[in-house]
Amino acid sequence: MPKKVRIPTPLRKLTNNEELVEVNAATIGEAIAELQRRFPGIQERLLDDTGAVRRFVNVYVNQEDIRFLQNQQTPVKDGDEISIIPAIAGG
Amino acid sequence: MEKNAGFMKALKCRECGREYPLTATHVCEFDFGPLEVVYDYNRIKQSLIRPVIQSRPQTMWRYRELLPVAGEPTVGFQVGFTPLIKADRLARRLGVRELWVKNDTVNYPSLSFKDRVVSVALSRARELGFTTVACASTGNLANSVAANAAAAGLKAYVFIPADLEQGKVVNSLVYGAEVIGIKGHYDEVNRLCAEIAGKYGWAFVNVNMRPYYAEGSKSMGFEIIEQLGWRVPQHTVVPMASGSLLTKVQKSYQEFTKLGLAPETTYHVHGAQATGCAPISTAQKAGLDFFKPVKPNTIAKSLAIGTPADGFYALKVMKETGGAADDVTDDEVREGIRWLAECEGIFAETAGGVTVGVAKKLIVSGRIPANDSVVLCVTGNGLKTLDAVVGQVGRTREIKPSLREFEALLAHEDRVTA
Repeated sequence: MPKKVRIPTPLRKLTNNEELVEVNAATIGEAIAELQRRFPGIQERLLDDTGAVRRFVNVYVNQEDIRFLQNQQTPVKDGDEISIIPAIAGG
Repeated sequence: MEKNAGFMKALKCRECGREYPLTATHVCEFDFGPLEVVYDYNRIKQSLIRPVIQSRPQTMWRYRELLPVAGEPTVGFQVGFTPLIKADRLARRLGVRELWVKNDTVNYPSLSFKDRVVSVALSRARELGFTTVACASTGNLANSVAANAAAAGLKAYVFIPADLEQGKVVNSLVYGAEVIGIKGHYDEVNRLCAEIAGKYGWAFVNVNMRPYYAEGSKSMGFEIIEQLGWRVPQHTVVPMASGSLLTKVQKSYQEFTKLGLAPETTYHVHGAQATGCAPISTAQKAGLDFFKPVKPNTIAKSLAIGTPADGFYALKVMKETGGAADDVTDDEVREGIRWLAECEGIFAETAGGVTVGVAKKLIVSGRIPANDSVVLCVTGNGLKTLDAVVGQVGRTREIKPSLREFEALLAHEDRVTA
């Protein structure tokens, strides 16, 4: 069973407007690489020149921020949901 | 681009500089950087001069050229121009020469600085044709969206952490807003709202309307300058949740200076957080230009944002202006609330206690020199967070309606204080 990735609005032009994409990767880093193979250009939107997740991009596995887990080494298992979300303002 | 954009020119990414049309959109498609409104300052300079400002009604809209609406505001035109109090008694207690309190505990209509950002966001939302508005909120924003939307006849959905103070929940429900309590902390509410905003055609004031919304905060800084007699204060202490207000206070000082409305001067913008949620303050004290997200645990719920969207820029502003950050414990927050109330007769919510508590630390440590002049931004009303101070600010003594009992009570007190 694959893992689901929820694509945010600003990136849907790259995924043919698909909101939910499935990947087979075992970690977040691999998932980003897999997305890049299928939707060329998506990786540079998510990662900066050093390969780190961009400052204003938040990535979650089952609603937990990967910065509280193992960043790009965070493992993902079957049925997990990955969300990519821009940082938003306070309230 | 719409034909009439007022004094706005475009939206622009703060990271890479790419420009976008003035629609309801908030992040750069390329690098997710936040979008910011670009203005035509040459035109603004011709119409926004001191006598013109002074001839206008005493609301935040007297600076309307620098607020991002195309036409006249249609929501919240009575908001702002709250008192700037010379706080001599609190100054003595804190040990600083001159102290001012910018008192947004009495902002109209919902008793917090959020009315500033909401009146801009909803006025702009109407211009863009929205009829439903929404927000992710730690409480004050929800209150303001609910109140201002009701008055404007807009449908409102507000999303809040389910464990908010009762005062803040009732303060949203009463206006007839749809209030959705999320079982999680604010960062989780935020994440959900980012997903909802992508799906429904609503004006989310702090998601897709954020570039306009955030600009409303500048009015607090404009007012401080005008109320000080057209000068930028030496020190400003600002509470930080997402860090947005702090960055906009600096922007307001820069804009007034650039437009010749205030003389060039050196100023310092300091940031205040609660120790139970201090990602920005922790980074500032460690000399870092990035922060590590945290899971909030503090009574200052209006500041409990563990992943502050403008944290990076707030750190930059403090660095540029020689400002400092610090954070205070829950007990210090309550002490700050008490001191402001006892010295100045102002009852602030927990965020106000954070600001006073941090100001005290900055003065004691010399980061704010005792001989300088300071403005404290007090952003919300204490009646909204009674839960945080109940039982901790003294208690009522009960007696029978008898003069003898009253005199006995006074005599007892004389003995105690003698």
